[in-house]
Amino acid sequence: MSTTPLQFGLDEKEMRQVYAETILELAQNDPSVIALEADLMSSISTNKIQPLIPNQIINCGIMEAHMMGVAAGFSLTGKIPFVHTFAQFATRRAFDQLFVSCAYARLNVKIIGSDAGVTAEHNGGTHMAFEDLGLMRLIPNATVYEASDSTMFKALLKQIYGEYGIHYIRTIRKKAKRLYSSSEQFPKGKGKLLRDGKDVAIVASGIMVEEALKASDLLANKGIEAMVIDMYSIKPIDQNLLIYAAEKTGFIITAENHNVIGGLGSAVAETLMETYPVSMYRIGVREQFGQVGKTDYLKEFYGLTAEHIVKAVMDKLEETE
Amino acid sequence: MNDLERFRDKIRLWTLKQLNHLGFGHYGGSLSIVEVLAVLYGKIMNISPGQMNDEHRDRFVLSKGHGGPALYAALAIKGFFPYEMLYTLNQNGTKLPSHPDRNLTPGVEMTTGSLGQGISVAVGIALSQKLSNIPSYTYTIVGDGELNEGQCWEAIQFAAHHKLHRLFVFVDDNKKQLDGWTKDICDPIDFVEKFRSFGFWTCRVNGASLEEIEAAILEGKKQSKKPVAIILDTIKGQGVPYLEQKEDNHHIRPSAEDQKAIEEAILELEQKCSSEEVNV
Ligand SMILES: Cc1ncc(C[n+]2csc(CCOP(=O)(O)OP(=O)(O)O)c2C)c(N)n1
Ligand SMILES: [Mg+2]
Repeated sequence: MSTTPLQFGLDEKEMRQVYAETILELAQNDPSVIALEADLMSSISTNKIQPLIPNQIINCGIMEAHMMGVAAGFSLTGKIPFVHTFAQFATRRAFDQLFVSCAYARLNVKIIGSDAGVTAEHNGGTHMAFEDLGLMRLIPNATVYEASDSTMFKALLKQIYGEYGIHYIRTIRKKAKRLYSSSEQFPKGKGKLLRDGKDVAIVASGIMVEEALKASDLLANKGIEAMVIDMYSIKPIDQNLLIYAAEKTGFIITAENHNVIGGLGSAVAETLMETYPVSMYRIGVREQFGQVGKTDYLKEFYGLTAEHIVKAVMDKLEETE
Repeated sequence: MNDLERFRDKIRLWTLKQLNHLGFGHYGGSLSIVEVLAVLYGKIMNISPGQMNDEHRDRFVLSKGHGGPALYAALAIKGFFPYEMLYTLNQNGTKLPSHPDRNLTPGVEMTTGSLGQGISVAVGIALSQKLSNIPSYTYTIVGDGELNEGQCWEAIQFAAHHKLHRLFVFVDDNKKQLDGWTKDICDPIDFVEKFRSFGFWTCRVNGASLEEIEAAILEGKKQSKKPVAIILDTIKGQGVPYLEQKEDNHHIRPSAEDQKAIEEAILELEQKCSSEEVNV
C-alpha cells in the first residue's frame, strides 16, 4: 500500500472560516442549499456570509431540537439543509429529533458538530462532547466523519452535499495542523495510510492524527516502526485498510478525542473482531465527563497525547516480550 | 449607600475582576443579573453557607449558566468560599468553571450551562418541596434568548398546572442573545403576555432597580396559586456604560480599548466599595 504524502505546518485558515466559505460556495452554486444555525453563527463565522446569501441561512435561535425538525421540513421540500451547532447540542441535545424526523424518515440532512471534545475548552463539561461519534454511529446508514485538517473538511462538506442521506462531520473550530495537499481526495469509507510500519498501527482521527504522527516519531527513536492511519471515515470504515494494518503489525492502537466507547476505537474493534482479531488498545476518554481547561491541559488530563500513545505501545510490547 | 447597594456594587466589582483576571468571558450576561442576585442573596433568600443541608433553605438555579461569574461573586461575598478562589475562574483544574457545577462549587445548587435545562430542574425542586409540605422558595433566572428553547415552555406549562406559587422565574430580558438582538432572531413579542397566558403571575420591572425587583418579589409572594415570572428589563453589560454600548458584548475578549474601560470600571467600583463592609 502506498502512503499519502503530507504537507506540514499550521493550516492558514480556521476550520470555521472553511465552513463559512464552503457553505457560501455551495449556496451560491445551488439555491437549494440552506444553512441552519442555532444562535452560534458568530462562533462558526457564518454571520460573515449571511449578508451574501440572506435567504439561504436561517438562524433558528437557541432551538437545537426544533432545528432538526426544520431541517427535515426543508429536506421534504427538496432543499439540502446543512445544520450546524456545537457537537453536543447537535447530538446529545437533539438526538431523538435527529433520529426520528431526519434519519428514520429517510431524509437528506447534513449535520456539522463543532468544538470536538477537548477543544470546547472553557465552555466545560456541559459543552464537551465525547459521545457524539458514538451516538451518530448508532443511526442506521448515517455517514460519520471526523475532519483532521481544512483541506479534508472542505472536501467532506462538498462530498456530503452531493450524497443523499444523514451525514455527520465532527470538527474543531480553530486552526488544525495542516496535513494534506489541496488536491487530496477523501472518499467515503476509506482511511489514509500516512506512514507504513510493521510493529504497531496507530489508527487516529481529528486532532489525534497529529499526536499519532508525533508518537510514531518518538517510537522510531526507539527502533519501533509504527504505521499511522487517519481514519476520517468512521462510518463506514475502511475494513481493507484495517485488515492490512492488523495483518502486518498484529497490534492496533486507536486514538480519539472521544470516549473509547462508541467512537473510533469501538468501530475499529468491532470491525477487526469480525474479520482479523489482533491485540488492541484504545486511547481515548475513559469513564469521564468534560471540564473546563486549555486544550493541552485537557489532552494531558484525559491521556490524549503522543506520550500516552507511546506508553501504551511500550507497555504492550514489553508484555509480549 | 445602604447595605444592599454595597452588596450590588461588590458583586459587580468581583464579576469584573474575575473576568478581567481570566482575560475573556461572558461579560454581558453576567453583568445584567447583578441586581437580581443582589436582591435575592442580599435580602430575599433564606440561605447561608451553614444552611446547605437544611431542607427548608431557599434554592437558586442559574438556568442561564453562562452568567456563572456573577453568581460566584455573590457566593464569595456571602462567605461560601474565599475571595481568592474567584481568581481561579476557568483555570485548569478549577472549582469555578464558566458554567456552574454543583459538584465543584460550595453554594451552587445545580449544574447548568446547556440552556433550557435549569428551569425544568427548578420546577422539579419546587414541586418536590410542595409535595413534602416544605414552604421554601425556588428561584431561577433564565435568559431572554434561553427562552427560545422549547423546554422552557414545557417547564412553564408544567409549573402553572401544578400551581407552584413558591417558584419564581426571573427573565433577564437584556434584549440580546449570542448572535445579536433577540427580536431579530426570534421575536419574543411580549414576555409578560406570554407568561400570563401560560398561567403565571407576572410583571415587568426595571432590572437595574433593587427597589423595583424587591417590591415585585414581595408582591408575587402575596398570591397563593400561581408561579411567578418577573421580567427584568435589563441591558447586556449592565452597570458598565462602556460595555452596555458595545455591540458584541456577549462573550468578550477585550481589545486595548475595552481593557481600558474595564479597568476604569473596576477602579471606580473599588473606590466605592473600599471603605465599607457589606452586611448581608
Ligand atoms: C442548549 C444551548 N445552546 C446553545 C448554547 C450556547 N450559548 C451560550 S449563551 C447563548 C446565548 C444566550 O442568550 P440569553 O439567554 O439571552 O443570555 P444573555 O443575553 O443573558 O447572555 C448561547 C446560544 C448553550 N449554552 N446551550
Ligand atoms: Mg439575553
